[in-house]
Amino acid sequence: MRVAVITFPGSNCDQDCHRSVEIAGGSASYIWHREQSLGNAEAVIVPGGFAHGDYLRPGAIARFSPIMETVARFARRGGFVLGICNGFQVLCEAGLLPGALLRNASLRFQSHDCHLRVERADTPFTSACHRGQVLRMPLSHADGNYYADPETLAALESEGRVVFRYCDPRGDATVESNPNGSLMGIAGIANRRGNVLGMMPHPDRAIEAALGSVDGLPLFESLVGQTHAAEVVR
Amino acid sequence: MIDSPLPRPGDPPVTAALVEEHGLSPEEYARIVRILGREATFTELGVFSAMWSEHCGYKNSKRLLRLLPTEAPWVIQGPGENAGVIDAGDGYALAFKIESHNHPSAVEPYQGAATGIGGILRDVFTMGARPVATLNSLHFGDLDHPHVRYLFGGVVRGIGDYGNCVGIPSTGGEVQFDRGYRDNPIVNAMCLGLMRREDLIRGTAEGVGNTLMAVGARTGRDGIHGATFASEELSEGDDVSSRPQVQVGDPFTEKLLLEASLELIASGHIVGIQDMGAAGLTSSGAEMAGRSGTGVEMEVAQVPVREEGMTPYEILLSESQERMLVVAAAGREEAVREILEKWELEAATIGRVTASGAFRVLENGAPVADIPALPLTEGCPTYERPGEEGEEVRALRTMDISPHVKPPGALEDAFLQVTGSPTVASKQWVYEQYDTTVRANSIERPGGDAGVIRIPGTRRGIAATTDCNGRHTWLNPRVGAMGAVAEAARNVACTGAVPRAITNCLNFGSPLKPQIMHQFREAVLGMRDACAFLETPVTGGNVSFYNETDGKAVYPTPVIGMVGVLDDLEKLVRHPFRNDGDAILLLGNNTGELGGSEYLYVLHDLVAGEPPPVDLAAERQLQRCIVALATEGRVRSAHDVSSGGLAVTLTECCLGRPRAGGGLGATVRLDDPIPATALLFGEDHGRIVVSCAPGDAGAVARTAAGFGVPCARIGAVTTPSSPLVIEMAQESLRIPLAALRAQHFGAIPGIMNRTGTSQTG
Repeated sequence: MRVAVITFPGSNCDQDCHRSVEIAGGSASYIWHREQSLGNAEAVIVPGGFAHGDYLRPGAIARFSPIMETVARFARRGGFVLGICNGFQVLCEAGLLPGALLRNASLRFQSHDCHLRVERADTPFTSACHRGQVLRMPLSHADGNYYADPETLAALESEGRVVFRYCDPRGDATVESNPNGSLMGIAGIANRRGNVLGMMPHPDRAIEAALGSVDGLPLFESLVGQTHAAEVVR
Repeated sequence: MIDSPLPRPGDPPVTAALVEEHGLSPEEYARIVRILGREATFTELGVFSAMWSEHCGYKNSKRLLRLLPTEAPWVIQGPGENAGVIDAGDGYALAFKIESHNHPSAVEPYQGAATGIGGILRDVFTMGARPVATLNSLHFGDLDHPHVRYLFGGVVRGIGDYGNCVGIPSTGGEVQFDRGYRDNPIVNAMCLGLMRREDLIRGTAEGVGNTLMAVGARTGRDGIHGATFASEELSEGDDVSSRPQVQVGDPFTEKLLLEASLELIASGHIVGIQDMGAAGLTSSGAEMAGRSGTGVEMEVAQVPVREEGMTPYEILLSESQERMLVVAAAGREEAVREILEKWELEAATIGRVTASGAFRVLENGAPVADIPALPLTEGCPTYERPGEEGEEVRALRTMDISPHVKPPGALEDAFLQVTGSPTVASKQWVYEQYDTTVRANSIERPGGDAGVIRIPGTRRGIAATTDCNGRHTWLNPRVGAMGAVAEAARNVACTGAVPRAITNCLNFGSPLKPQIMHQFREAVLGMRDACAFLETPVTGGNVSFYNETDGKAVYPTPVIGMVGVLDDLEKLVRHPFRNDGDAILLLGNNTGELGGSEYLYVLHDLVAGEPPPVDLAAERQLQRCIVALATEGRVRSAHDVSSGGLAVTLTECCLGRPRAGGGLGATVRLDDPIPATALLFGEDHGRIVVSCAPGDAGAVARTAAGFGVPCARIGAVTTPSSPLVIEMAQESLRIPLAALRAQHFGAIPGIMNRTGTSQTG
């Protein structure tokens, strides 16, 4: 599986995502944000960071980067797109995912481990997980407070598009385990077709035991293990 | 013969009063006239004022700093460059440096601290190293003061927002709260960078005919004379009037500059690169010329500016952030520009390297400054001023503290008060605002003895910490500074890493005062002895004088930034207890030193007594012992004893990290014939608490004996639902973990999340 990691000038998790894909057995390459082609990539990762400084609003400028039009076309054709942290924010701004990421309820930047419950194990990003599985990985953001209007939120829930929810170590989605005020404890969502996923926590920082957790690895293994990707690209 | 600069129309005449305003004495100005062979122009006066300020010229510290040990086989670059460099093994070199941003942070905490991070990152990546971690050392007044909360909150946010955006993990640091820092916070930032040894580059302007290029952000009027400002005392009201001297940070541009600089260095198109930091274009140009014995000629009209009508004086002294001076190989200017363009940055040719040995500046072709570069950078007069211990501190140091050994209330209350004091309580509230995991190399995050970063592709790690107990250094600067080095090395050694070198940030009051000079001299001597003995040479650092408000100085605060190398990350040891039933052992002796302790401060509102003495020989053996134990894989946890004493060490070992589950109880017996408070809260150096499998206790004791280190089995780790039990000769304590948790993790958030702040003092 060939995975393109988009690099904006202010991306700072591009190398972490690249390494994660390689450890999971895929092959990764960087695509500069001013490019217009994804080459022969079969999946795309929009990594974390501060794409263009994010002084206006996270992801608000990145959606205008030339590559994002290509990414949107790729997604419309069914290509797999994974947005992590700032990447999730960019995908929301670009309209590939619904809703928005507001300032954390604490009004502070937060960087610490969190627990996620896998709500859907039948997506291209979670097929190596099982439903109800609890994953531990770092989060690191100031704007991770997921918001959507009531209709969108109801649709996300009824269509089963909430893929990850914040929870405690036992898997209970409690108020205390919600780190940033996200509605319904949402940590990650998919689009209707299920080929685009955005999540705030960092699976790319939980891929080796030395880092304290390997719970992020199954996500990359899921992606790398997809077989129908090649058809989509054609 | 080149034409000399003439007074520029519109510039004020250089008078005695103007010289004084520039922080130069009549004698210093006379020396300038001798160097120039004529009167200085206004522009030249500004240039000298910046270069001969304390910040750039080290005029009151240089003679003493020469006493510090700077060499070891593993030191690649000692003091004098943008950052120190040591050999990290496997062909890697580690660049590291610490710097202060105290004055700007006192005036505008958010930007002051943010730009401090920016500056220290640039110092490291201009050596060719990619920044891989930051640390900081923060000292504030007591948090019950609303203005202190405003400063503290702003500084933490500023450090976080800047470092997070650039994408450098924060891996450690320290925070101390004490009324001695009420009006003058100490904000020191440290950066670690890694490179292949062969990629090292230095800040020199080599090769006559090569091109000087200004790279990065445009030059504005912000921060003019910041270096001079940093070399003055603050006074009431400065927090508003001094704001124009504080720079504004742009971490996104910094990130671009970082990537562009590393790409430039790798490209081979440039021969030298330096941050336009303190004193901006002046110091970068003059220092690069000074180091290589060449000259530079610059045309200010070519410098990209942010505002119309800037004078040469302003352009030369601006401290606008995120700018670099690059020396491009002649003919490679276009290639340099292309790299900068990719990163959406500007690069402008502003001059060239000359053989004249002069720092020469033109404005539209007319000379406005022409100064011999070497006297400008190296000719700053140096002073060794007389020192004498202050009366107030002598009285407190020699005070009999024995009446205060007894706590005012119950011992258990004292225990909870000390462990819940913000200085020793968990700094979770602080470090969770910093990205600690970006780049996926953080093996040990903040909250332990030292942060540990792995060197990708190797088995090795770098351990680093910052330390200085300002109370100890105030009471006895020599012993306190020695203790700071010893503690920093001990922290690094507790992870299993071998302490290798330090960078220091010397934060003091005005060197013109004998009691401050006394503190400075004594601290340098203490540091010299400890660094020599522990084989951790000084590779650079920063001196920050004039940390005073209305004549009242901060505690002398020589912050030590220590780095060590861990050969095998598999051997890394952490501080939390790990298994029910493990044996707990104490390496080192309890002597019950309460002088300058957290206990005296919290329970008796007192900063007094002699700080704990440092037995350097015992300390060295202890550190070698813990590294050996880690290498043998004998210990399951290790944690040093420092502020708050054994009480705090045991609490932290039991509670472990936040968000990691409940922790473990412990039952400990301490038979030493010293009073309970001295035993629990004494801050004696040279001690480490370790735990190991019960069957390994004998082997640990034998290893310790081999190093001549006292080792006593003092107890056992118990279950998660058990309390911390400490039995002593006369008294015993039994404290539920829930109570300790509330104190340890709740102290700082309890104050910061529930109370207001005040921007005005």
